[in-house]
Amino acid sequence: MDRPIRVLVAKPGLDGHDRGAKVIARALRDAGMEVIYTGLRQTPEQIVNAAIQEDVDCIAMSILSGAHNTLLPNVVELLKAENVDDILVIGGGVIPDDDIPFLKEKGIEAVFTPGTPTSVTIDYIKNNIKRK
Amino acid sequence: MFEKEKLAKVKESLNAYEAKVAETIQKRPERKEVFESGSGSVVNRLYTPLDIEDFDYERDLGMPGSFPYTRGVQPTMYRGRFWTMRMYAGFATAEESNKRYKYLIEQGSMGLSVAFDLPTQIGYDSDHPLSEGEVGKVGVAIDSLADMEILFDGIPLDKVSTSMTINAPASVLLAMYIAVAEKQGVTPDKLRGTIQNDILKEYIARGTYIFPTEASMRLITNIFEYCSKNVPLWNTISISGYHIREAGSTAAQEVGFTLADGIAYVEAAIKAGLDVDTFAPRLSFFFNAHNDILEEVAKYRAARRLWARIMKERFGAKKPKSMALKFHTQTGGSTLTAQQPENNIVRVAIQTLAAVLGGTQSLHTNSKDEALALPTEDSVRVALRTQQIVAYESGVADTVDPLAGSYYIEAKTKEIEEEAMKYIKKIDEMGGAPKAIDNGYIQQEIMDAAYNYQKDIETGKRIIVGMNKFQIEEEAPKGLLKVDPSVGELQKKKIQELKAKRDNELVKERLEALRGACQTDENLMPYILDAVRAYATLGEICGVMREVFGEYQQSVQL
Repeated sequence: MDRPIRVLVAKPGLDGHDRGAKVIARALRDAGMEVIYTGLRQTPEQIVNAAIQEDVDCIAMSILSGAHNTLLPNVVELLKAENVDDILVIGGGVIPDDDIPFLKEKGIEAVFTPGTPTSVTIDYIKNNIKRK
Repeated sequence: MFEKEKLAKVKESLNAYEAKVAETIQKRPERKEVFESGSGSVVNRLYTPLDIEDFDYERDLGMPGSFPYTRGVQPTMYRGRFWTMRMYAGFATAEESNKRYKYLIEQGSMGLSVAFDLPTQIGYDSDHPLSEGEVGKVGVAIDSLADMEILFDGIPLDKVSTSMTINAPASVLLAMYIAVAEKQGVTPDKLRGTIQNDILKEYIARGTYIFPTEASMRLITNIFEYCSKNVPLWNTISISGYHIREAGSTAAQEVGFTLADGIAYVEAAIKAGLDVDTFAPRLSFFFNAHNDILEEVAKYRAARRLWARIMKERFGAKKPKSMALKFHTQTGGSTLTAQQPENNIVRVAIQTLAAVLGGTQSLHTNSKDEALALPTEDSVRVALRTQQIVAYESGVADTVDPLAGSYYIEAKTKEIEEEAMKYIKKIDEMGGAPKAIDNGYIQQEIMDAAYNYQKDIETGKRIIVGMNKFQIEEEAPKGLLKVDPSVGELQKKKIQELKAKRDNELVKERLEALRGACQTDENLMPYILDAVRAYATLGEICGVMREVFGEYQQSVQL
């Protein structure tokens, strides 16, 4: 691998609880990845633009507001519209188990719910990025 | 408090004890090398009078209901009346939430606590593009006075006290509340309740800000002034440590940063020409309750004592009520686990004890399913029952400040007070809380604490039962509350109907009057109230202010 894994950590929607996003951003950085954190209130368009501009390997979105079924699939659709197929899209936060199959069907490849150790997320990203 | 000779004797026996302990440890080591409190400060093996050597009853405790209020703000505390059991609720539409409020009142809830959805909290109507997917999700969607009328339909506003968790657009929601009361024939002087209205902690920890710091501070002091004249029983701000703690702070940081925010509000109000004793009695606070009962009890006592001293010594307050720190407590949402959610009932009970032993005026207990979704009717009832059991069955409410005089509690109270004071001094040196927020200092401190906490969980240094120890194979929990996704469409339709029905010329006129006032130093409350009465929407009113004031830009440092 010639360069470190690059991850965009994003907070889609209006939810302002960013403890999880910041903790995961730091943990990824401590694991040797390059992390770009978008800050709060990002629209799916802004997230996709940032991901393309920053040439990231992974978009990791944290959401606690219950808007995940709308916002996370939007990001995947916008990536498809831009013909981007080499970015791993994952999500985390307060997301009921019931919603996970739907999100996976929509192209969110993994969903990490409360209590997941950061090491699990780190390993998942390492093993699943799609860099060609 | 302690005589020198007696302390010397204690010292002797302590030395003997430690010598014996050293032998014991050789044979049987303690469970850990270092014991730490819930928020990571070192806990000694034993506390004795030596730990509170310079403790002075009159100076440090006094009597309940008098300076420095360490033992509580009321002389008789819960012997007179229990704390207000206030369950935070709101979801989907005003109709749905109104039903939940009536249910909670029937079950013995003593006050309402309104949760608003994110678009409402950020001043967007339900039909705004950014509201997509968010309408009615984390709280109730309120777009105009029409929604507010439905929300409080059949609930007499002169009889209940209502707390509204609203910050950036607090002036607008308060205006709507006043307008609903008018329609019920209730005059503003009878309204009791609280608006959260604490914007500084939004920049620090919660993120539902709209305007830049200065405009936000103006709106807040406008509310102080307006209410002191017109809504005298209303608590005009709830200075919130809750979210600071949820974002990952320690107990001492929770006190230090919250009181630093409090100082900023007092200074802003004094600068706006208000007399400290006219608004200070209506300031209230909001703290978190985590699992380490003893540390938490000390935290509340330290906060009361420190605030009393700040108000008296720093701001020269004269009225006792200006010095007495009243607070609402919510049990710690971030302490709940998605694993084995039943365990959360026990955590909430422990946290309830902490809040009550610490002398809270009002309490919201979280429900067991809140690490997964909004609570169902059944889970919210158990949470309320938890408070009722502590109130009626446990006996802890029968005497005032029962843990006072414990060597540990008094030493810890002093420790938290001193540590919080250090933070306040540091923030003073930076030029006050708004500056310390703008330069990212407070956020950085909290983020460090949050990251350390997470690392402690992952290394197993900190045990969370059911999550990193004593795990079981679990099935996905059933019966969680789901908000109907059609709420967004429903609210959009309501707005269209409203706009077709109301006097749009009048709305325009009143919004323009508000715009004009924003550009002067006038108090904005009367203009907002007029716009609300004409059924201008929340989004329209906040939109005018957005245009004049601009929007806050977050600076992010990892």
